[in-house]
Amino acid sequence: MNSVFVYIEIEDGQVAEVSMELMTKGRALATELKVKLEAIAIGHQLDGIEKDIFPYGVDVLHLADDKRLAPYSTLPHNSIVVKLFQEEKPQIALMGASSVGRDLGPRVSSALHSGLTADCTSLVIGDHEDKKADKVYENLLYQIRPAFGGNIIATIINPDCRPQMATVREGVMKKEILDAKYKGTINKLDVSKYTSDLDFVVEMIERHIEKSKINIKGAGIIVAGGYGVGSKENFNLLFELAEVLGGEVGASRAAVDSGYIEHGRQIGQTGTTVRPKLYIACGISGQIQHRAGMEESAQIIAINTDPEAPINSIADYVITGDVAEILPKMIKYYKANTK
Amino acid sequence: MKGYKIIVLAKQVPDTRNVGKDAMKADGTVNRAALPAIFNPEDLNALEQALRIKDNFPGSTITLLTMGPGRAAEIIREGLFRGADDGILLTDRAFAGSDTLATSYAIAQTLKKHGNYDIIIAGRQAIDGDTAQVGPQVAEKLGIPQITYAEEIQAIEKGKVTVKRRLERGVEVVKCPMPLVVTVNSSAPDCRARNAKLIMKYKHAKTISEMQEANDDYLHLYSDRPYLTIKEWTVQNIEVDMNELGLTGSPTKVKKIENVVLQSKGAKVITSSDEDMDQLMRELIENHTIG
Repeated sequence: MNSVFVYIEIEDGQVAEVSMELMTKGRALATELKVKLEAIAIGHQLDGIEKDIFPYGVDVLHLADDKRLAPYSTLPHNSIVVKLFQEEKPQIALMGASSVGRDLGPRVSSALHSGLTADCTSLVIGDHEDKKADKVYENLLYQIRPAFGGNIIATIINPDCRPQMATVREGVMKKEILDAKYKGTINKLDVSKYTSDLDFVVEMIERHIEKSKINIKGAGIIVAGGYGVGSKENFNLLFELAEVLGGEVGASRAAVDSGYIEHGRQIGQTGTTVRPKLYIACGISGQIQHRAGMEESAQIIAINTDPEAPINSIADYVITGDVAEILPKMIKYYKANTK
Repeated sequence: MKGYKIIVLAKQVPDTRNVGKDAMKADGTVNRAALPAIFNPEDLNALEQALRIKDNFPGSTITLLTMGPGRAAEIIREGLFRGADDGILLTDRAFAGSDTLATSYAIAQTLKKHGNYDIIIAGRQAIDGDTAQVGPQVAEKLGIPQITYAEEIQAIEKGKVTVKRRLERGVEVVKCPMPLVVTVNSSAPDCRARNAKLIMKYKHAKTISEMQEANDDYLHLYSDRPYLTIKEWTVQNIEVDMNELGLTGSPTKVKKIENVVLQSKGAKVITSSDEDMDQLMRELIENHTIG
C-alpha cells in the first residue's frame, strides 16, 4: 500500500520542530491506514540525522546528501521530491507551512498535478461519496482549514489525484516520540540522478537566519492584542502587563496588519499556535482564524468593548470595557498584592 | 537603455481583514456583498516593486494580469492609475470553481500566449485564501525559477536579478537568472499612491464588456486612444485543455463548508469596575493561574 510521506525540514543540520510534529501526525495517519510512514531529508552532512527521525515511527528514511543541497533552495529540493514521489507514489505527503514548505509544496503539487491544501488545522481520515459519479472513495485525507478570512471552516479532499498534499504550521500538531528504539531503514539517494545542473542556477549571496527571539509558543501566560487595542502606543500597556505577570505579548493578524506590532508575535492559523495556561485577549474580536491558534488555552480572559465579540464565547471571563482602562487596574492590583 | 518586460499578477479579493457584524448573515454564512472588493494587499506590494524597476530602467513596461469576473477590471484601472502600462483581464465562466492548480494553469497558458516577459511579480498570497500557491505553481508551469517571500528586488544586472527575501527568522539575498517569478511579502514597501495625471489619462479605460454596458457617448475615444482599451481575454484567446480548467481541472474539492457557529461556554461576565477587577485578580492569584 502507498505510504504516508513527510518532508523533513533541516535547520542548521537539525530536524525542524514542525517536521517532528508532522512525523507524529504522519505516524498516526499511517497506522490508521495500515501503511508505512516514510520521510525524506535533503541537505548536507546529514550523517546521524536518522537518530532524530526514526523515534517518531518512521519506517523508511530517504536521504539526499550533497553540499549543494544546503541551505534549502527551491529547484534542487523540488526535483528530488518530485522524482522520488513519482517512483514511490505516496498517498499522502505532509510539509511544514513554513517559508520552506510553502515555497516547495506548491511547486511539487504543480509538477505532479496533485492537490495541495495550505495551513491545515486538522487532518483526519474519512470516506467520501460522490453522488453524481456514484462512487465511494474510502480513506481519504480530510484537510480541514479555516477559509475566507477565517469566517468559515472548509474540509478539502483530493479524491483522484495523488499524493494528497497538505501543509501545517508549526505548533498546530503535537510532537510525540513513538519509540526511542524504533527501527527504520535508510535509502540513500544518488543526488546526481535526481537533479540536473539547471537546478542550481539560483545563487545564495547572503543568509542570516536567527533563532526566534520571541517565545510565545513556550509562554505560560500570553497577553494578546487585536485591532481594538487601537495603536502601537497602547500595546505598551500589554507589554507592561506581560512583564509583571511573567508572560509574553501576542497579537491578532488585524493588529499585525495595522502595523501595531511585529509579525513574529502573530497568533492564529497564519501565525503561531499557542496553549498557555492563561490567555488575555485584549481588543480581539476573535475570528476563527485567530481562535484556531489559541482556543486550547487553559483559561481565557476576553477584554472587549463589544459585548457580542465572538471571542467571548470561548472565554472563561468576559470583561466588557476599554483595554486602556482595564489593564492598568490589573497591573496595579497585581503589583500591590504579590511579592 | 533597454528596459524590462514586467508582468504583475494581481487579484481582486473581498476585504476579509476587518469583517464586521454586517458581513455575517443571521444564518452564519458570509454576506459577500457587505465586503468591499479590493486590490489584494500583497499584490500592491508587488506592483510597487515593478514600478521601482521601471523607475530605474526607463523603457521597462508593466502589464497587469488578473483573472476574475468582469468587475475585476477595477484593479487593472487601479494599476494604471499607479503606473502600470496596460492590463489583461482573463475572464471566462470556464474558470469558475478553479482551485490554485487550475488557476495557475490558466495564468500560465495566458503568459505563454502573451510571451515577452523578463520578470513576473506577484503578491505572496491573497487574503481570501492565504495559500501562497499560485506564484510557485505558475513558475513551475512556465519552467522558470521562483523567488518567494521577496522584500526587495535589489538589482538587475547581466540578466540576473538580486532579491532580498524576508523569511520567518531572517533574511536571504539570492541571485537568479531571468525570466523568473518573484512573490512579494507585505513587509516590502507600500505601493505608491495614484498619480493625478494617470487618473486623468486612464479614467475611461475599459474592457470591451464594460464599453458595451456603458453604452455612452464617447465610444470614439477608444478608437482614438487605443491605450484606453483594457484587454479582455477568454479561453478563446489562449490555448487550453478545457479539462484542466475550473472545477474539473481542480484536484482539490470542497467536501464541506461549516459556518462558524459559536456557543458560549458560559463565561463569567464582569465589569471593569475596581471591585470586579480586584475580585478577578484575587481569583487568578488564589488558583495559581498567575503569581
